[in-house]
Amino acid sequence: MKKYDAIVIGAGHNGLCNAAYLAKAGLDVLVLERNAYIGGATVSRELHEGWKYSNCSYVCSLLRPEIARDLELPRHGLQVIPYHGGVTFSRDGDYFGNYGDHERQYREMARHSVRDANAYDRFSADVMKQTKLIRKYLMTTPPDPTSFKPRDIKGLLDLAESFTDMGEEGLLDTLRFWTMSIGDYLDEYFETDLIKAHMAGSGIIGTALGVYSPGTAYVLLHHYMGDVDGSVGAWGFARGGMGAVAGALEKSFKSFGGEVVCNADVHRVIVRNGRAVGVALADGTEYHADNVVSNLDPKRTFLECFDESDLPADVVHRAKNFKIRGSSGKLNIALDGLPTFPALPKGSPLMLTDMHCIDSMERLERAYDDWKAGTWSQDPYIDMLIPSQVDPTMTEPGKHMMTVFVQYCPPKLADGEWTPEKRDAFGQVVIDQIAQHSPDFKDLILHAEIRTPNEIDNEVGLTEGNIFQGELTFDQLLFNRPFPGYAQYRGPVQGMYMCGSGTHPGGGVMAAPGANAAREILMDLKRPNVVPESYLDD
Amino acid sequence: MTDSSYDAIIIGAGHNGLVCASYLAKSGRKVLVLEAAAQPGGAAATREFAPGFKVSSGAHLLTQLNPDVASDLALEQHGLQFAARDLKTVALDAGGSHLTFNGAKVDGVSAEDQAAYAAFYKQNLRFAKVLNGFFSRRPPNMVDRSWGDNLSMLKLGWDLRTLGKEDMQDLLRVGLINIYDVATEHFSSELLQAAVSMDGVLGSHMGPRSPNTVYGYLYRHLSDFYGMTGPAVVQGGMGALGAAFAAAATAAGVEIRCDSPVAKVTMEDCRATGVTLASGERIAARSVISNADPKTTFNRLVGYPQLDAGFARRVHNFRARGVAAKLHLALDALPAFSGLDAAMVGERLLLAPDMDYIERAFNHAKYGEYSEAPAMEINIPTVHDQSLAPEGKHVLSAIVQFAPYELKVGWETGAEAFKAIVLDKLEAYAPGIKSQLVAAELSTPRDLEAEFGMTGGHWHHGELALDQALMMRPMPGANQYATPVPGLYLCGAGAHPGGGVMGLAGRNAAQAVIKQEKAA
Repeated sequence: MKKYDAIVIGAGHNGLCNAAYLAKAGLDVLVLERNAYIGGATVSRELHEGWKYSNCSYVCSLLRPEIARDLELPRHGLQVIPYHGGVTFSRDGDYFGNYGDHERQYREMARHSVRDANAYDRFSADVMKQTKLIRKYLMTTPPDPTSFKPRDIKGLLDLAESFTDMGEEGLLDTLRFWTMSIGDYLDEYFETDLIKAHMAGSGIIGTALGVYSPGTAYVLLHHYMGDVDGSVGAWGFARGGMGAVAGALEKSFKSFGGEVVCNADVHRVIVRNGRAVGVALADGTEYHADNVVSNLDPKRTFLECFDESDLPADVVHRAKNFKIRGSSGKLNIALDGLPTFPALPKGSPLMLTDMHCIDSMERLERAYDDWKAGTWSQDPYIDMLIPSQVDPTMTEPGKHMMTVFVQYCPPKLADGEWTPEKRDAFGQVVIDQIAQHSPDFKDLILHAEIRTPNEIDNEVGLTEGNIFQGELTFDQLLFNRPFPGYAQYRGPVQGMYMCGSGTHPGGGVMAAPGANAAREILMDLKRPNVVPESYLDD
Repeated sequence: MTDSSYDAIIIGAGHNGLVCASYLAKSGRKVLVLEAAAQPGGAAATREFAPGFKVSSGAHLLTQLNPDVASDLALEQHGLQFAARDLKTVALDAGGSHLTFNGAKVDGVSAEDQAAYAAFYKQNLRFAKVLNGFFSRRPPNMVDRSWGDNLSMLKLGWDLRTLGKEDMQDLLRVGLINIYDVATEHFSSELLQAAVSMDGVLGSHMGPRSPNTVYGYLYRHLSDFYGMTGPAVVQGGMGALGAAFAAAATAAGVEIRCDSPVAKVTMEDCRATGVTLASGERIAARSVISNADPKTTFNRLVGYPQLDAGFARRVHNFRARGVAAKLHLALDALPAFSGLDAAMVGERLLLAPDMDYIERAFNHAKYGEYSEAPAMEINIPTVHDQSLAPEGKHVLSAIVQFAPYELKVGWETGAEAFKAIVLDKLEAYAPGIKSQLVAAELSTPRDLEAEFGMTGGHWHHGELALDQALMMRPMPGANQYATPVPGLYLCGAGAHPGGGVMGLAGRNAAQAVIKQEKAA
């Protein structure tokens, strides 16, 4: 029977990126995907005739440009349409807009508070400092602080150096930033509740914490550290939906001779004499390889795909305690036309951006209280976009597609299991909230796909529906991601690796974990490295 | 300007101020401590709150007094006596099946939980050793490192390494996370989880699910490392402890002047050169050391105009929102808690049935409301010390959470309603206690602020969240006891390591002053 050099479990963007690099290095690589389609959470699906949904991840920014360049993703069909800014509607019919243009941004802020407008440059500069620091480490393997290997000691010294380069206060401010809540952080700059509420969203998206929970300031970075066409922090739509990202990665992978098999539900990693030698599917089919790479989250990988007896006790223990609580839901809506938002001036560019409806920090925090109590937010934080305005491939002219990200929605409900009725009730809450700001919205709805963490778990395979494959709290970052001692992509079993968002640097359609993992694998195989280590930055 | 001149003036005769004064006096300096109140001790105070009934009106139990400080100052020789030591902690259960903690032992839970708790306790002991090492020194600069800073960093590095790989990894992990997850990982008993969580959130604007609460727990459980298996009740109330600190300072040659509120730190060409009292009297000193909280010190005593904008902003942003109220009850008999052996009523009692209960209580505080079902740490000192109440009568003291400093409806209207809620909650656990009431007093954070001059009524002088702890405490620029104002230092709970009657902030500050003056 054929033996591959490497098998990658899961055709998510990280799995495909990892596979592409291994294939590029000349390895014979097989990617196994449980679903009938590739992409994991970066997919475009036609769930309503004539409409394409980016039905999980929905906008593109974090994808590392060095990877896109390296794997020639544009040549393989990836086109990113940038947009700038966002808007939050307030209950009194007003709004706060975020613009790409600095002057316009200042005027809009000053409209609400001159003091805040004057604080904004200080805020941007301070956040950019943090962004630049973290960006350096996206495409590198985190050093192990408990190891004495020269490589790790050097890594730690480099880390220490880039810290000391910031100066005493800069360093302390960085430590504060990493340990603070987004709410407290914003309070240090701004006075206007609406403006704070607008910015705080980035600190809680995909996170089972509230805007006043310490550690959420850092999460902000995961929405600032990307770039589109070299403009740091910018976001864009993948033309054709997020599936275009996975599609381009797959084409790139195949151009290096890689092979993808769908409808292949990996049931178990086969371990012989302490070494991973292949995988077995649910139907019993076996595939053999010298190396097995898991794109699945740490819990699925270790608690479902392994016999406990094949693993060291501490890994089982840490996998069980790994924090991966789902907190987000998603609505994908087919619209008969473009809904109007009366608060916005006619033809406002803000219609093309992220739109939100929560205008106060208290409302944001209370949305989290609902999650803690085991129910979906009665007044949720939403992030909605209408990509069809700039991407004609989403649906036919005149019709529109709206993607709505929802925070918070719990994987387990206090009053028992999720049911279709409860799911629809959750969706209704979201639709009602949008309708408060768009009178014609409800009448335009032709179809709505409602996804709770329950669907995301079952359909995408993200445990508890956590979109980052594990919470982005500091105890699960850098050399702690996914577990202390296993943060360098190597699993506890020889020939077994991890390449998903559950590893450094974490979630978001970034593909960095997949690339970093490939680098480590090639190192172990004594192959020349083909993965960029440097990062492109100004 | 009077001709009286001192080497050091300390603003505030709180325990840290007195500790700092004592160490400076021992170093041969001429030290004056100025206290606004009529007696020294600060929040280590005993006050008559009803005719014949006295209570520790601030801190009510002695939890984590640093033994080195205690012996250096010979507090016991200067009158410190314990009415009771190593109190057990009882986690109250409404149904009467309480848990009892005694050091590493906990009774009333499954064998698994007992074993898990013992292991948890022992690991925290090892963590406490590392923390105490770090708390006992000036927090190091990490970039502009002095020789001493390098030493502190090396010591920390060494302490971490010697923890061993597993412990070090665990410490790096739990250091930042919340007590809710840790308690859930270790224990199955809800009451046990809740009792552990209480130690993580007492005195702070946090719920069990707030990250950083494990730090709060470790901070509190330094006491285990100090060889106390539980808190102590001071004979005569905490005021007697304050008096002992004052006696120790006086014996060391410190001059203490009470009823002498300081109005301003006197500044001459951008340097602190002494203080001006409310009376207008000016006193000169080479160094001025403030035991007042950072906001009071920089905003009121120095004044923002004397500070550069960046630092003034940091002071403004320093979070000091107290959430803990004090309940003081005068009782005509010893209350009986359902299912609790009368012999146990004098122990440390925790009222918090489960972690979600505490979290829900905290939710209200986030929105400027008091808890509808508050959590409490209760003690009845008169079981051990009859001197606080008439013969046969008793005093109950409780820390009640959550009672936010900024109450939306205002404490003028809110205080009575909240007191009623608290009493009803107590009645549910100790039926009949309301009928035993002689008098009841609730000190809200606003009252505590007024009584002890702590901004926000926060007993740590400022939130003990990680972004305001360790090298970040109280704020960059003032994190090594010296401040941006030459000649002005901090020595209170607002400085590293923080509050609780520990004494390390005062001692570290004294060492920093001596060091600085040598260098100058």
